Formats: sequence, C-alpha cells, structure tokens
Amino acid sequence: MSHKLYLYPKWIRAWHSLNAVLFLVLILTGLSMQYSDKDRNVIIEFSSAVKWHNIAAIILTFNYIIFVAGNILTKNGRYYIISKQNFWSDLMTQLKYYSIGMFKGEKHPFPVTEYRKFNPLQKFTYVLAMYVAMPMLIISGLGLFFPEITVKRFLGVSGLIYTDILHITMGFFLSIFMIIHIYTCTLGSRPSSLFRGMITGYHESEDH
Amino acid sequence: MRPGRFRILITVLLLFQAKNSAAMFPQDAEKTFGEAADTSEFVSVYFEDNERCFVCHGQGRYEYENPNLGRKVRALMSNERIINRKEFYASNHRSFSCTDCHSELYTEFPHPGELRMEQNFNCIDCHGGDENWANFHFDEIEIEYQKSVHFKLEEEGFTCWKCHGPHDYKISIRNSENFKETILYDNNICLNCHSNFTRFQILSDREEINILNSHDWLPSQATHFKNVRCIECHTQINDTILVAHQINPKELAVKKCAECHSRNSLLMSSLYKFQSREQRKGGFLNGVILNESYVIGANRNTYLNRLSLLIFLLTFGVVAVHIAFRIIKKKKTNES
Repeated sequence: MSHKLYLYPKWIRAWHSLNAVLFLVLILTGLSMQYSDKDRNVIIEFSSAVKWHNIAAIILTFNYIIFVAGNILTKNGRYYIISKQNFWSDLMTQLKYYSIGMFKGEKHPFPVTEYRKFNPLQKFTYVLAMYVAMPMLIISGLGLFFPEITVKRFLGVSGLIYTDILHITMGFFLSIFMIIHIYTCTLGSRPSSLFRGMITGYHESEDH
Repeated sequence: MRPGRFRILITVLLLFQAKNSAAMFPQDAEKTFGEAADTSEFVSVYFEDNERCFVCHGQGRYEYENPNLGRKVRALMSNERIINRKEFYASNHRSFSCTDCHSELYTEFPHPGELRMEQNFNCIDCHGGDENWANFHFDEIEIEYQKSVHFKLEEEGFTCWKCHGPHDYKISIRNSENFKETILYDNNICLNCHSNFTRFQILSDREEINILNSHDWLPSQATHFKNVRCIECHTQINDTILVAHQINPKELAVKKCAECHSRNSLLMSSLYKFQSREQRKGGFLNGVILNESYVIGANRNTYLNRLSLLIFLLTFGVVAVHIAFRIIKKKKTNES
C-alpha cells in the first residue's frame, strides 16, 4: 500500500523547477565558454554562451535569495538542520542502504515523514550544495561579472584566476551533484514517482 | 634636407658622439630601452644644446627680445610645437640632439621661413636597411605598413609619426612591468586620432566615429578596452615582428570571441607574444596570460581538466553499476 505526503508546496516546486532549468543552461553555457574552440562551436557559440550564462546567473542569484528567504520564513528550513548526534553513523547507514541494503530488499533506514523530508545523506549533500557551494559559486560569479570588484593581484597572480578556479570548481561539483541528484530521484517507489512528486507536491512512498 | 643627406649627417654625428651616446647603438638598445621607465638618471649630452629649443618649445608660453619694439615679447606656443621635456627624455630618441633631425638653421631666431617646408623623416629613413637594427625588423614593419589601411592616407599626410611621436614615443610592450599601463599607452596611440575628431579630420573626410557605439556588440566592453589593445583585433598577426603593423580594414577585424577565448588564443601571438617565451609552469594552458589577467576559454589547467574528467567518468561509472544491480535485482524479483 502506498501513501502520500504533501511535502513540496508551490513555492518550492516553482523554485526547484526554475533552478533546474537555470542549472542546465548554466552548465551548457559554462562548458561552451570553458572549452571554446576557434574552429568549431562547443555546444553553443561563445558570445551567445556568455550572454545566456550571464542572464541565467542573474536569475539564479535571485532564485537563490528566494530559496534562502523561503527557508527562513517557512518550516521548510528545518529539513536542512543537521544534528551532530549520530551524524556519521547515520550517513554510513544510508550509504550502506544505497550500496547493499536496497538490493537485498531491506527497508529504507530513514523513511520520509512529515518531519523528515531528507535522509541523512540527502540532507548532508543538500546543505553542502545549497549553503556552501551555491554561495561560493554566486560570489565568485559576481567577481567574474564585475572584475573591477575582484582582488587585483594576489601572490603575483591576477585575482581573477583564483575567482575563476573557485567558480569553475564549484560549478563542477554542483554539476556532479546534479547528476547524482537526478539519478537518486529514480530511487523512489517507482523510478518516476519522485519526479511526479515535484510536480504534484505529494511524496509517494510504499509501505514496507 | 633630403633623407640621404640626413643619414650622412646622422652618421657623422654618431661617430663624434659615440663615446657619450651609447644608446644610439643597437647592441645597447635593449638595455637603454629597458631603462626607459626610470629617466631620473638619464642626462642627455645634448641637454644644454636642446635647451636652446626647449626654452621656447618646452612649454606653452615663450618670450623673445623684439629689437624693433625694443622690449621683450611674450607669446603662446602652438600646441603642435610644444615638446614635453620629461616625455622627450623618457622616449626612445632621448639621446638625440634636436638638430639631429631638424635643420641647424633652427638655431637662428626668428627661424627662417623656408624651414616651414622642412621635410620630416620617417622611421625607415634612419632605421631601414641597417643590420644594426635588424632585431627590430624595421623593413618588415615598413612592408606591413604599406599593406595597412593607414598607408592609403599617406597622400593626406599620414606618416609613422602619427602613431609614434618622434618626441615622446617609447617602446612599451618589451619592457612592460605593468601591462595595464602598456595597454592604455598603446590604445591611446589609436585613440589620439580615432577619438579626437579634430585630429581625425586632418587625415579623413569621414564622419566622426564613436568608438563606444561601433564596439557596442562587444560584451563587457570596458573590461576588453582595459585588458587588450586595439591592435589585437585590428591588425594582421605577424610571427616575425613583435607588434603587428598591418592595420586591417574594419571588415577584417576580429569579431569571433573564440579567436582569443580558446585554447589557441591569438593573444599569445599578439599581446603576450613577448612574454609567451617564458611560459608559466603548473599545467596552465596560455599560462602567461595569468600573470596579468584571466581570459575565459584561454586559461585552462590541464591537471584540473584531467581530474574533472576522471571524476565525471567515476560518477557515471558508479551510476551505471548501480543501475545494473537494480536491473539484476528486478529480474530476480520478477522471476521469484
């Protein structure tokens, strides 16, 4: 028997959908710029890639502000609070479930409830992605967008190179995060159920 | 004075001044140009001689004794005739006497009227065909210049001096310790006419060009203007000479971003040509650019590229293995 929980209010679904589209645009345009070539366009032509990367980045920044504000002003923020208690052991339990337990038909160690939207591994990676990588990505992106505010030189090297390496590294890790995020979203009761939940707002889960 | 006679005069003067004027010789040229940034120690052997000219031409106001009036007369010097001492003694020609290039008759005052028709000499008149200046490739520069859009304006009076003022020009890119200043210096050479319509009109009947409007297609316009020279996009790259002199028609200007923003960035053959001989180590492609700036698409770190590819492959590998196990598990579940 399956049951449904309303976990994704409209603002989260709108934010998440926009974030997903912007991420795709930013990854494609970012790769086009980083690996541009004189003789052929890598995905998107350079000047178009710059334009759309900038547009998407500005929207993403505002969207991120909405996410942070929403988490402060609504109950959604509580799902991101990490407890020190059993932190590592819970992480290991979840990892063990994904790598071995689920293939043996074991029960989910941290089933989704009204009070626990994310399992420990999700919570940890989401906090890293949204509260560590995203701010660094946005700040370094602003540094590249407004080079005049970036440190001119540090240890004999242009400050822009540090800013760029930080930006590209964060962009890279968030791209890896997105690949894993999309894949783990197929691990619901059915491969499509978690994606459907992000449209309907209801999380579907099977009772074991 | 004809160019041939001028060369003879220069040669004679050089022979006389050889001991005191080491800067005139190309073997010392690099050293001398290298010191151009600091002029505080340079004292021209012609300083006193040159002061005969600078006393009037060194500033905007001059005075002379008018015997007819029986008094001193103060007058304003035409802007075109004012030579800045400081700039002159910091320039490539700082070790010259004024009369190396200008007639000795200028030492008379009032200057004889026919001197107004004095012929000016071009770079090639002194530097051309001379093995001693071979490393500067003046002859190839001349060939490039003759293919340049500027050469078509020679009839209207265009000369080397329009860009390289004989009284203030100094080699900048070879000795640059501050690239931003060098870029500004070099771009001002172009803007001196191309953003000063009064000067522009001397050579062209075209309508006034607004540089900002004609470059409005360029993303991050201000950043580009501060970080690259006009000639990066407006000249034909030449591997032999350090600074390309073939200014292309505007239709041939570089407009494709990837020409610079790519692995084989043209900046390595232009702006960073001199420095590119000393590549930065540490796996950075076009690493020398990193010393001064950062160019998206041109600066890549090969180590980070390989590491990121490895992480991507590992991620997809783990996902693929996980999917495989899920399929196996599903088959087993269906069978049972």
